[in-house]
This record gives sequence, C-alpha cells and structure tokens, in this order.
Amino acid sequence: MKKENVIEAQNLTKMFGDFTAVNAISFEVKKGEIFGFLGANGAGKTTAMKMLIGISKPTSGKANVAGFDVFTNAEDIKKNIGYMSQKFALYDDLTVKENITFFGGIYGLSRKQIKEKSNNLIEALGLEEVANKLVGALPLGWKQKLSFSVALLHDPKIVFLDEPTGGVDSITRRQFWEMIYKAANQGTTVFVTTHYMDEAEYCDRVSIMVNGKIEALDTPKKLKQQFKVANMNDVFLKLARG
Amino acid sequence: MSITVSNISKSYKSVKALENISFNVKEGELFGLIGPDGSGKTTLFRILTTLLIANEGSATVADFDVVADYKKIRNNVGYMPGKFSLYQDLTIEENLEFFATIFGTTIEENYDLIKDIYVQIEPFKDRRAGKLSGGMKQKLALCCALIHKPKVLFLDEPTTGVDPVSRKEFWEMLKRLQQKGITILVSTPYMDEAALCDRIALIQDGKILQIDTPQAIVKHYPKQIFNVRANNTYQLINSLKAYEHNHSVYPFGEFVHYTDKRADFEREDLIQYLESENLSDIEIEKTLPTIEDTFMELAK
Repeated sequence: MKKENVIEAQNLTKMFGDFTAVNAISFEVKKGEIFGFLGANGAGKTTAMKMLIGISKPTSGKANVAGFDVFTNAEDIKKNIGYMSQKFALYDDLTVKENITFFGGIYGLSRKQIKEKSNNLIEALGLEEVANKLVGALPLGWKQKLSFSVALLHDPKIVFLDEPTGGVDSITRRQFWEMIYKAANQGTTVFVTTHYMDEAEYCDRVSIMVNGKIEALDTPKKLKQQFKVANMNDVFLKLARG
Repeated sequence: MSITVSNISKSYKSVKALENISFNVKEGELFGLIGPDGSGKTTLFRILTTLLIANEGSATVADFDVVADYKKIRNNVGYMPGKFSLYQDLTIEENLEFFATIFGTTIEENYDLIKDIYVQIEPFKDRRAGKLSGGMKQKLALCCALIHKPKVLFLDEPTTGVDPVSRKEFWEMLKRLQQKGITILVSTPYMDEAALCDRIALIQDGKILQIDTPQAIVKHYPKQIFNVRANNTYQLINSLKAYEHNHSVYPFGEFVHYTDKRADFEREDLIQYLESENLSDIEIEKTLPTIEDTFMELAK
C-alpha cells in the first residue's frame, strides 16, 4: 500500500529583496512519517517552515500541505496542523488546565471535547498534581511535553516542531521522542527541526538545507552510506562545510 | 588553583538552586559543567562572576574571594552569559570598543588574543549587533569577553541553539584560547561537547553527580549496554520497557540502548521475547557507554 503525501513542495522559493532565503526546494512527506528538516543557522529552515504552515507567502513555486494550497488556502492549513516552537511554549501565567482549555477553544473544540481531552492529556503526562499550577512554575522538560500535547489537541494531520528539545535534559529528550514515535505510529505526520544530530537518526527521512537549497534528502542510513561516514553529525559537517 | 568552590549553596525562596557544590579548576584547564536547563549552571556562573552572593560556602576565582575581592575578580575574568547581552543598537566594532574602553584597554593592545575570531566577523564590523546571525553574535560576544585579556573565561551555554558546524568551530576556538593559558569554565547541555573538556562535572537539580575526566566518567558506567534495533522502533521501545528484566531503555540514535538487570543476560532470550511481541529484523549488539548514558544512569 502506498501512503499518501501530506506535504508536497515543488520549487518553493522565498526572496527578501535580492536575497533568496529559500531556493526552489522540492520534496514530499508521507502520512505518519517522521521527517527531519536540518540545516545550519541561517540556511533557510525557518523561512521554509513558515511558508509550509501558512504564515509566509512564497515568492514562487507550489506547495500543498494537509491537502491545501499554501497560496490560496493558508487559513485551512492552519486549522489542520499543529505547531510548536522552542520559544513560543504556552502562557506562563495560566495554569496547565487553563492553557489546554484556551488552546482547545482556539482550535475550535467543543466544551465537551476540551474537557475530555484535557483529562486524558493530564493523565497521560502524569500532570495530575500540577494541573492547577501556573505553567511558568513547571520545569522546562514538562513544559515542552505539555506544549507538544497541546499542539496535538485538535488531532492535526501534521505537527511542525521547531527545535522542540533545545536545552532539555537527556532523559526528558528521550521521553519527548517517545511521544513523537507514538504520534507518528497513530498516523500523525511529524515535521521536526533539531540541532541534535543523534535526534536526526530517529527520523524516517532527513533533509539537509544549505544556503537555501535542499542538498541531501534520504533515510539516515542511506545518507551515511552516501557520504561514507558513521553518523549523521559527520554527514552534516561534510555537507554544510563543503 | 584558578577556581575553587567550597560547599556553595544558593536558594531562591523555596527552590534550592545549588546544594553544597564543591570543585576546583586548575590553571589553564578547560572545565565543563554538563547539565540540562534548570540544573543550576547559571546560578553558579553568577556567583563566580560576583553577580550573585551564595547563601553558604565560599569561592575564589584567580585567587580572589568572590565576596571580599569582587572588584578585582571583575577585572580578571571574562563572562559570556547564556543570553545575548551586548548592545543590539551598537555595531560590531562599537561594541568591542565599548568593552575595551570600560576595561581601560584598546582593541589594538589585545588584538592578538581575539584575532582568529574577530577576522571572521570583521567584514561586517559596521553592522549592528541586533542584525547578526546567531553564530556571529556568539563570536562577537566571545571577542568582547576576551578584550581585556582575562585570566579566567566563563562561558554559559555558548553553543545552545547553534548548529553543529558553528559548534565545532567554537570548540576549536576554545582549544586555541586554552593554549594561550586562559582557564575556561564552560557549560553545555550537549553531551557530545563534554568529551572535548579536560574534566567535567555532571550537574542536575543543583547537585554535582560526578566530577572526572570524560574518559574516566565513561569507564565508571556499571552495566553492559546493548544496541537493539527492530522493524518498528516505537513498538520496540514499548516491548523493551515491558520486559521484566530491563534495567534501562533509551532511544539512542538509530538504536535503542538497553541494559539488563541480570548478570547472566542471554541475548537469545531477548530475541525470543521480542519475536513473541511480533517484532522482526531484530539486531542486538554490545556497545560502549557514552557520557550521555552515564548521565542518564546517574540522574535516574
């Protein structure tokens, strides 16, 4: 059985004045796939991601995300994806429960759905004790796990994660990846950026951007064979250093 | 000793940020504080750079007491905080000149020390600091921390959020500075960077778990680790966690790192069990522990 594509990009390009931030990138991501989107700082990852989630209009090219066109149906894209960034997180001065209720409301869930999801989520994350505590008081690792769960509240087809594990401790980082595996196993597509090269190995396929272009795209195993190196860190260094 | 820390504790209201921390850093040593966000690294940096006073304990930096001689310490150390703290609306050159002037020196006087790093950002010297990329900000911050030729350099998570290429270059710069006789205390959440230090302290929840050379820390790991792989990683993790003899199960790159409770572990038993869980393409091989394995075992 061939799995459907949930992201399709063709020659997707973004220019700022004379500067080409994203230079004609083309790729597909399948349903339930964990897709690693790597690149050096300034390579164009964030700009590319902003186009895919419907908050930045491409200069040229085509892209279809969760069945919608990025040029004409950006609003529909936003309803069908989840997004989590390291910086954004949640509202520090709302409690765990209030945050869930707030985002559930934003995503258009009914009160009943919110209540049900909220209880399930708090139980799954073991947050019963702190459900009525302010999010600002939680350790970073818990915040990130909560934030990921909130990004999945409305059962999106795709979840975009922008460096979700920066600064998080080793054990929590692994628990976070177990959550990613679980979501992917249930059919949610995961599109993730990271600077931890061992995490690149967790992905089904990985793309590496250099100066606005995708210079490599394959499974971690095949990329390592292609570049004749032992790990993804060396693949990255070879590509990005030229 | 370049840095001595004796029984330092610090609390914020009900939170114990540091609990009875002691260690020494030798002159010219590259010493790493390895631990996650919230482990107390920044609090320790702020105490050693005289920006914060500990509740208990004492510390010296470059032979000066952090409380009694705080002004002397400030002249003798460079500090690069985790948060970018230069003037965003001054250019690269203006920032550097500003810090040189404050310390009563000039860029020319200590140019030798920063040359390797500064030449990389010099082409952009008229650009405002706020408009620089992450890697360039980091290089400028390091230049500003070095411009008064400090004896001791404090770097609080200099590579967090920085890509692997820039991280590698940054560590090469640190090695060169070390060769010039500067003592360096650096913190990082990246375990692979720990191996680049002379000695490291693993820190979590305000406590030091272990201090040693990276090689010795790895040697102390108590178990045999196995690389395990199968057709479905998510199911593999769940099955291994449900296995009654498991001691630890962590995803680790392309494998899962598994340790067993029993001394007489048989690979065949585990293969049989995993097959009974409907997994296929099973591979189990011995592997060597990394610093991250050690950290997770100690932090458990």
